[in-house]
Amino acid sequence: MRNLLNLIYRYHFSLLFLLLETVAVSMGVRYNLYQKAKFVGFTENIAAFFNESVSSFTDYFHLVETNRRLSLENTMLRNQLQRVYRSDELFFFSEHDTIHRQKYFFTSARVISNTVTRMHNYLTLDKGRDQGIEPDMGVICPEGIVGVTTGVTGNFTSVLSVLNLNFHVSAKLKKNDYFGTISWDGQDYRTVILSEIPYHVDVSPGDTVVTSGYSSLFPEGIPIGTVIEAHVENGNFYHIRVRLFTDFRHLTYVDVIRNLQKEEQQKLRQE
Amino acid sequence: MINSFLRYTVIFVVIVLVQVVLLDNLQISRYAVPFLYILFLLVLPFETPGWLLLLLAFLLGFTIDLFEHTLGLHTSATLFTAWLRPGVLRLIAPRDGYTPNTRPGIADYGTGWFLRYTVPLTLAHHLFLFYFEAFSFHHFFNTLARALVSSAFTLGLMLLSQLFVIKNRRE
Repeated sequence: MRNLLNLIYRYHFSLLFLLLETVAVSMGVRYNLYQKAKFVGFTENIAAFFNESVSSFTDYFHLVETNRRLSLENTMLRNQLQRVYRSDELFFFSEHDTIHRQKYFFTSARVISNTVTRMHNYLTLDKGRDQGIEPDMGVICPEGIVGVTTGVTGNFTSVLSVLNLNFHVSAKLKKNDYFGTISWDGQDYRTVILSEIPYHVDVSPGDTVVTSGYSSLFPEGIPIGTVIEAHVENGNFYHIRVRLFTDFRHLTYVDVIRNLQKEEQQKLRQE
Repeated sequence: MINSFLRYTVIFVVIVLVQVVLLDNLQISRYAVPFLYILFLLVLPFETPGWLLLLLAFLLGFTIDLFEHTLGLHTSATLFTAWLRPGVLRLIAPRDGYTPNTRPGIADYGTGWFLRYTVPLTLAHHLFLFYFEAFSFHHFFNTLARALVSSAFTLGLMLLSQLFVIKNRRE
């Protein structure tokens, strides 16, 4: 017994290290293997508060760029509006047809922290549960997709970025509707990988990739990017590199998507 | 005692703030993410008991993890660095050991000694961190490059921080 105590005393430094390191590594492994455990709480709020202060300052540097983008988007929306009003058919639908009712609802939010250099990148938004945001909602920006909400507190939301090894979303080729999965390989913040497209499909550089609408997160046809290169891997499926439309270095305002029929859709799938 | 407790609390807060407010928002290249925060572990006095060193490392890593939205990654890498510190200090000790009332830094032991002290520990920390973050050896060289470039960046900032310390003392 005395010897044991002596031994513990002699190696207490390394023993304590092993103990603490086991705790830390097991946390890290769990974090790596599963999606970020919904670990948002008091401490997250403090971090978000700091990030918001920093962001409210640094936003000034991006004002010119942000204004330019907003004005571009305005023009685009105005054009769409024109088209809707001119098309008698669409106007008719929204007036009388209860089947074509609104399915998605968008909430604008500001990005207060964002990374692109890690393997598991996250964004933080300045809106949360009090503003109607819930976990597992899609997030987009005018250019394309951004990510999925994971943890939500009263006034902040953390978003699993497309640039995260845990991110997967169903996507399709715009020209022929063949669908596959978009994921990130951790290599370059400007490109993602589209997989599971069968080898007989015609794919060429420049093709547009959009969301498929099969998941309840994103509406169909949200732009993702364009094909840069495609080659067949392991005989059956393409390995397609896609250049993202979204510029993750310049994200200021994003839209969070509420799918009004999500519960209905998921209920059906479970049955 | 109280005095040095206060002094290191201030250093802790300042270093964490510099890391999460400044360095995390500074995106110079997609490779370089300086993790200057481990400087806090390196500037602790030579006499710091081992158990305190490890507990402080845990606290430091966990704080950074909270801000970085990671869990356990920085904690484990920082603990690993803390565990290596006494060994490295012993290896590079001057012939007659460390004089009491001196602190690990360029001011007391010179640039050569400081580099021999910080380079291995920073490399150990960054390699551990980046490979644990990637969680595979799949993109071995990509991860290696990221760790090395970031280490160079961190070391540069550590040297800069030392200029600040020397100036402070002469005043």
